[in-house]
Amino acid sequence: MYENWGENDESAAEPVTITPYPDGPYLVRGAFVVRDQEGNEMPMERRTIALCRCGKSRIRPLCDGTHKLIGFRAPSASEQ
Amino acid sequence: MVGTLQAPAGRLIELPKPRGPLSERLFEALRRAPEEAPELGLDDEQHRAGEVHSSDPIADEDLQLALYVAYELHYTRVEGVDEDWEWSPALLGFRAALERRFEEAVAELVPAAGGDEAGAVSAALQRIVAEDPGPPLSRYMEKEGTRKQMLEHVVHRSAYQLKEADPHSWAIPRLSPAPKAALLEVQSDEYGGGSSARMHSVLFAQTMAGLGLDPTYGAYLDRLPGVTLAAVNLMTGFGLHRRRRGAIVGHLAAFEMTSSIPNRRYGNALRRLGYGRDVTHFYDEHVEADAVHENIAAWDLAGGLAAAEPEVAADILFGARALLALEARWAAHLMDSWERGETSLLTPLTLARA
Repeated sequence: MYENWGENDESAAEPVTITPYPDGPYLVRGAFVVRDQEGNEMPMERRTIALCRCGKSRIRPLCDGTHKLIGFRAPSASEQ
Repeated sequence: MVGTLQAPAGRLIELPKPRGPLSERLFEALRRAPEEAPELGLDDEQHRAGEVHSSDPIADEDLQLALYVAYELHYTRVEGVDEDWEWSPALLGFRAALERRFEEAVAELVPAAGGDEAGAVSAALQRIVAEDPGPPLSRYMEKEGTRKQMLEHVVHRSAYQLKEADPHSWAIPRLSPAPKAALLEVQSDEYGGGSSARMHSVLFAQTMAGLGLDPTYGAYLDRLPGVTLAAVNLMTGFGLHRRRRGAIVGHLAAFEMTSSIPNRRYGNALRRLGYGRDVTHFYDEHVEADAVHENIAAWDLAGGLAAAEPEVAADILFGARALLALEARWAAHLMDSWERGETSLLTPLTLARA
């Protein structure tokens, strides 16, 4: 429970982290919430989720591995 | 359909029927006290070596069943078997002879990693998986597999899926902090993230029950062919031996990397056959979960281990290739059996309800 995190618990101060994986999805870790445009929360059961980056997943916004079938390529680091 | 199953008690299996001299000797010994083992010849190196001469260890019924039961002592109670057998030196010596023959056969099947590959393990894993077309089994099941074939598939998978994640958990204490954290991130999700109802082995039991199959751990052991047991023995062996920590990590990475898409197809197969969410949930969950896990396993776990211990990098790739090779062998057995119009199990299923 977040309210019980002690002052010395460093994780309490850590922001939500989004990591692009090479040729794969964005992994999201931390105390995130996913909402649609209307503000409805989409229930996420797992602590770490993978958001689709190739656009072709059939369970968007989540990744279903389809990027491997279509040869999606993208680096982890910024392309700028 | 959570709650339709009774909470399972601790695991308990019965000794299966022996399939040859190795399993016969082992099971006979297991029915006695561990102190009596030396008299049973289980520690007789020469005697052992003479018997473990299978020409095809990967599909050898006797060798794989004996090895499977020897390993099961680490996972479960066995009816009528003294729990002290788990660490009996006589049993471990006997098991080592089986393991050596199996390891040799797997090594013959799997090409060694090239020197350049071992330096960039995560990219090499991506390439190995991308270059492997994978068995046609999941595509066949999605399009035209019958209900009977689907049930057989689930029964084969029960050898691992009812203890899903357990073989890879043996690796946890052997890893340095970065790969250990990555493995725990995957395993925590496999075990339900703090909820036993979401544990993958529990979801699989629900799928079995929904299909009218017996979800009891070990219920179908007598029907599972050696080639099916070999796939589980591979990961248990890699997991139990610290020396193979690279291989068990590579095995997990390749397992996760080849999971999402086939599991979507199996879910589609079950929907096509008219089954509902209580049965398909296990597969749907794996589409989503393994799309997360595969990235962690390939980059943070395998890449992290290779960075911390470069000397095991080649074994990481060996573990990945060994998984793909044994999965292909197993899938070919199913497809070949079905093409001949035969069951892929040792004895056909007798179904309680249609």
